[in-house]
Parts: sequence; structure tokens; C-alpha cells
Amino acid sequence: MMDDNIILELKGVSKRFKDHEGKYFQAVNNVNIQLAKGECIGIVGESGCGKSTLARIVSHLTDLDEGRMIFNGKDVTGLQGELLRRYYKSVQMIFQDPIGTFSPRMKIGTYLMEPFRNFKIMDKGRAGKYAEELLGMVGLSKDYMRKYPNELSGGQLQRVVIARAMGLKPDIIICDECTSALDVSIQQQIIQLLLELKEKTNFSSIFITHDLALAESICDRIYVMYLGEIIEMFESQNIIRDAKHPYTKMLLDSVFSVKKFENQMRPTATKINGVEKVKGCVFSPRCPEACEICREKAPEVKVMHNGSKVLCHIC
Amino acid sequence: MSNRKRKKAFFSFILSVAGLLILLAIVAPAFAPKDPLATDFAHVLKGPSSKYPFGTDQVGRCIYSRILYGARVSLGMTFLLLMLIFTLGLAIGMVAGMSGGIIDTMIMRITDTVLSFPDTVFAIAIVGILGPGIRNTIFALSVVWWTKYARLTRVLVMGIKNSEYIHAAKMAGAGKLKLITHYIFPNILSSLIVQLALDIGGMMLAIAGLSFLGLGVQSPTPEWGNMLNEGRAYMQTAPWLLIYPGLAIFTVVAIFNVLGDTARDVLDPKHV
Repeated sequence: MMDDNIILELKGVSKRFKDHEGKYFQAVNNVNIQLAKGECIGIVGESGCGKSTLARIVSHLTDLDEGRMIFNGKDVTGLQGELLRRYYKSVQMIFQDPIGTFSPRMKIGTYLMEPFRNFKIMDKGRAGKYAEELLGMVGLSKDYMRKYPNELSGGQLQRVVIARAMGLKPDIIICDECTSALDVSIQQQIIQLLLELKEKTNFSSIFITHDLALAESICDRIYVMYLGEIIEMFESQNIIRDAKHPYTKMLLDSVFSVKKFENQMRPTATKINGVEKVKGCVFSPRCPEACEICREKAPEVKVMHNGSKVLCHIC
Repeated sequence: MSNRKRKKAFFSFILSVAGLLILLAIVAPAFAPKDPLATDFAHVLKGPSSKYPFGTDQVGRCIYSRILYGARVSLGMTFLLLMLIFTLGLAIGMVAGMSGGIIDTMIMRITDTVLSFPDTVFAIAIVGILGPGIRNTIFALSVVWWTKYARLTRVLVMGIKNSEYIHAAKMAGAGKLKLITHYIFPNILSSLIVQLALDIGGMMLAIAGLSFLGLGVQSPTPEWGNMLNEGRAYMQTAPWLLIYPGLAIFTVVAIFNVLGDTARDVLDPKHV
């Protein structure tokens, strides 16, 4: 991976939230991520691990506390005003809940035309034509222009969201669990659509999901996140061979076997909520292979011979 | 579904009745048989007759004509008041809801202060200080009522300010003004309209009440509350002085209250 080929880089990004009792919750902790042009990276982890917060940080909907964000060689940490608007032109996000992404009182056509009007890319007439083209691109007829969001299904809405995001020809598209609110059959269609569009336009994407198998099938590289930390990064060609971290193995197990269900559930029982600071490795309380050093000392990033990185004492 | 349709039909019906009332107030001169200010000392305190359908008052003015003209004053004042508090409350509530922090806290403490006074008493005090009259009445009532709309707007704005579609709109390059006019305002409007419709009756009563106390509309201008006040002394001997203005207030307030209730059923999606 060449350095000048990198479009987005997160360096030591951290974010913590204060709860109503004044205690801090470390949502994202010292995250380092690199995204190359045209690459698709996956961020995988269970609910509450901070992956959505990470998506919001990258999309500038949440400010980060520590660390830096470099986009196309420029520092975009803490952007504001006009510069932020320009950043939005090149980074688009597809949200988890399709119906929530639409203002209930705004027609699909207006929704689609919004960015092109706001960024003054085209006038109203051309934006309308372009919006119809975009609808065609995601397989919807132009009759949908005059409909309200509640007249469309979740899958159709998600297509509209994708159409608008694509229409801006962004450099990065962030998909935050963009299929998890949809039926399984529709999920397949949406993924298929994203893959087809990716082939055509070659944007970079960050795919956030809890489904390791899904990430494996579409991403070039996968980051595994646990309690706000990236604990492992590997290429997704041979996930079973490359996955070394006990947590990733656990995730893999949960995908591939149902018989050992009982056994797998046991480590989850001691799940901690992230408010208390863990001494040593964050995963040590749940780790089946944890030993003395894991509970005492936080592990360092180890680079494996095949280029993958892992945050673990044992591997 | 049929229930919703029936509600919609009823809403259209009551809306047209209210519309008819407003129209009647506007074209009152065409229906009124007499000049509402003209006195006829040959017919003082006379009961309803063919010449004076609702009778005459203590100086021989035609009560029927006065009620028709009074509708103009009452409805006109009510809608002026509504528009004032709606714009004022919306603007202040929007600023509070959008900015948050210290500005929000300051605005909210001011509204709390205003709300801590009993509203009619506060309005009476203001009119009392400024002096009676239509303009001061409207001013006093707006000072009392805007808080309700400011608070409602603030809560509605805060509720949707952090919703996903506002984030999506931001990422589509919408500026702050655009967010307010194209995303927030259309989505809070129906709740505000419902509140307005529910308040029309109360406002008419407040205006009539102040006029009844001699603070609002001054005679000889016809206004229902003020007519009640003037007729009070003749309650025993000439009850029509009170019955007809009273009935007028009752009917119109009832119609607008029903309008408000049905508007909520039809417009507010949360109640469907």
C-alpha cells in the first residue's frame, strides 16, 4: 500500500461520552485506520463496540476528542462552516435506518435534488433530470419522484439513499449497518447494487457491520473492533487462516457453528460495559485464552508476516 | 380507515362552518339591517320584533346588527393575536431550540417567569398599566401567550434536531437556514397548527373577558364581551341584551374548539 494512494487516515482517534451520572464512557479509543483509493474496508464488531461512533466521527457528525483525521493529505480534524460543507461533498454516508433518513414531509424527488441544489452543482431543471437518472441507476422508475417516503418500502428507500450518495460522486461512502434494517432477500439486493456501483465508479468505502461473513464477502480489508479499540486488522481473502485474535475467532465461531452455541455464550456472560476501565487487554475478561499478562498489561500492536495487525499478547 | 375518513369528513365540515363564520364577519355590513352605532330612542330596551330581530339595547341600538359587526371585531382581534403570538413564539422557540446552551437557558428562564403569573391576571395588569383599548389588549395578551408557542416550538425542534434526516440533510450540504425552512419547519408545522386551532376559542374568550371587564374594546364599538358588560345592569328586565351576545360567544367558541379537536385528529400523525 503506497502512502500517496491513501485517501483517508485516522491517527489515534479517541472519543468518550459522559453519561448522566458524569462517568465517562470510552466509545472509541486510539483508533488507527487507513483507507486507500478505491478500497473497501470493513469495520466489524458487536453492538456497542463504537463502530457507529467511528462512522459518525469520519462523517463529521460527531467531533473527536483526540487524534487526527487526514483526508486527501489535508488535516480535516474539527472542520467547520464552508470547509465542512465541501468535505461533505466528498464523503457521503448511508444510514442504518432508511425511513429515518427521510424527512416525512419531503418528496423523494426533492430529497434527491437537495445536494445538487445545495452545493450549487446544477440548477433545478437539470437537478430534476439528474435525479430521474439516479433513480434509474438504482432500478426505480421516475414516478417515485413525486412520492412521499412513507409510500416506499425500506429497500426502496435505501436505494434512493444510495442513489443520492452516488450522485455526488463522492470519494468515500460510509455504510453504517446499511442492510441490517432490511429483510434478508432485500439485503442481498442492496449489497449487489453497491457492488455493481462500486465496479462502475470506484469509490472508497467504509463498510460498518456486525456480520463478519458479510464483511468478508465485500471488503478488501477488515478491522475488528472491540470496546472502542481496533484489536485486529487483516486482508479478507483468507479470513479463517489470517484471523488470530481470540475475539475474531469467537466471532467466526458464531457464524459457522450452531452446535457449540452453549459454549460460546459462556464468555459473553462476563461482558463488561466499558465504563469501568479495564487493566490490561480490553478483551481479557471475556477471553477464553487469557493468562496473567493479559490482565496486567495492555498489549501492543503486532504486525504479522502477512501484513495483518493484531492487538494481543498470545497471538 | 373508514373511521379516519369520517374524521376527515367531519373536519372538512367544521372547517367550512368556521370559514362561513369568518366570511360572515367580513361581509357583516351586507347582512346587518341597521347601523350598529345608530341610536333609536323611540325603541329603547325593546324585545325582539320584526324591526329589531334581537331587540334593542339601552340606547336603542339594534342588537342583531351589533352582534354581526361584533363578530368582525372579535374574530379580527383573535386572528391578529394568533398571528402575533405564532410568529413571536415560533421565532423565539426556534432560536432557543436550535442554539441550546446559555441562550436556550436564558430564553427558557424568561418564559418560566412569564408563565409563573396567572395569565388573565397578568394581562389585566398590563392593560391596566397601559390603559384600555384594542391595541393594548392585543399587546397584553401576546405578552402572556407567546410563551406557550415558544416552549412548544423549542421542544419540537429539539426533538428532531438530532434526528437522522437532519444529519442526512447536513451531509447533503444544507446550511442552517435551509435546515430550518426546509426540514424543521415543515415537520413541526402541523403540531403548531393544531395548537393554534385549539387556542382560538380560548383567545376569543380572553378578549371577550377583558372587554367585559371594561379593559378591552371600548363602547360604542360593538364587541360581544363589551355588549355583555353594558347589558349586565338590565339582566332582569331586558335579558336579550345578554342572551344574544352570550349565545354568539358560546357558539363561536364551541365551533372553534371542535375545530381544534378535529384538527388534532386529522393533522397530528401521532394521534392517528
